[in-house]
Amino acid sequence: MGDMSEFSMTVRLFLKAYPWKKIDPVPWTPLSKPLEECRLALVSSAGFVPPGQEPFADDVTGGDPSFRAVPSDVDVSTLEEYHRSESFDHSGLLGDPNLAFPIDRVRELADRGRIGSVNHRYLSFMGSVTAPRRFMRETAPAAVEWLVEDEVDIALLVPV
Amino acid sequence: MCNQAVGLAAAELERRGISTVTIQLLREAAEKVRPPRSLFVPFRHGYPLDKPDDADRQHEIIDAALRLLEDDSLKPPALVDFVE
Repeated sequence: MGDMSEFSMTVRLFLKAYPWKKIDPVPWTPLSKPLEECRLALVSSAGFVPPGQEPFADDVTGGDPSFRAVPSDVDVSTLEEYHRSESFDHSGLLGDPNLAFPIDRVRELADRGRIGSVNHRYLSFMGSVTAPRRFMRETAPAAVEWLVEDEVDIALLVPV
Repeated sequence: MCNQAVGLAAAELERRGISTVTIQLLREAAEKVRPPRSLFVPFRHGYPLDKPDDADRQHEIIDAALRLLEDDSLKPPALVDFVE
């Protein structure tokens, strides 16, 4: 588990030849204060959309690069999943969105005092973006700007 | 692709002064993309926190990830295996 062996031969060959985007140089922001004082935001690539927002599109060549802001007080059972990949089992996520968007878990961490607080909104996107140019240059910087404006200190990012 | 996408988003967050920790499910992708600070978990895709409806188990993995933020010995790119 956690390696190529779980995928079909077609997917394995695609991934083997895929030109991964190498982050270089690697940016680094050390923790500036104790976790107990930090405001946390979640970022999930599982394609979850809260009620009233537009679904992720499944017909965009290279993958839909857009983001959704998800209120941190959302009832996770109301989230809809729009991840387009057929390479993994979606049933766990559908039964418990916390599995890839642990909204209830980080709320519990704030209640216990392990982190200072949770931000009022999180970021959700659909991670099956094979052509990430627009994601890197436009949509991710714009979404990150929301968290900068919110004075978020730390982020936990969860793929699917 | 999800592993790459969260890595690229993490890099953008770090560039803007937000400390990040990323869960990674595919070692090949993590080693090539090089997110700043990652916890590699040995779970199948679709199950990044291992078990649905198991809050204690999900907290174990989240806590291991958060501890990477507190580890000032790490250098970028940091890829650390989840240890049971």
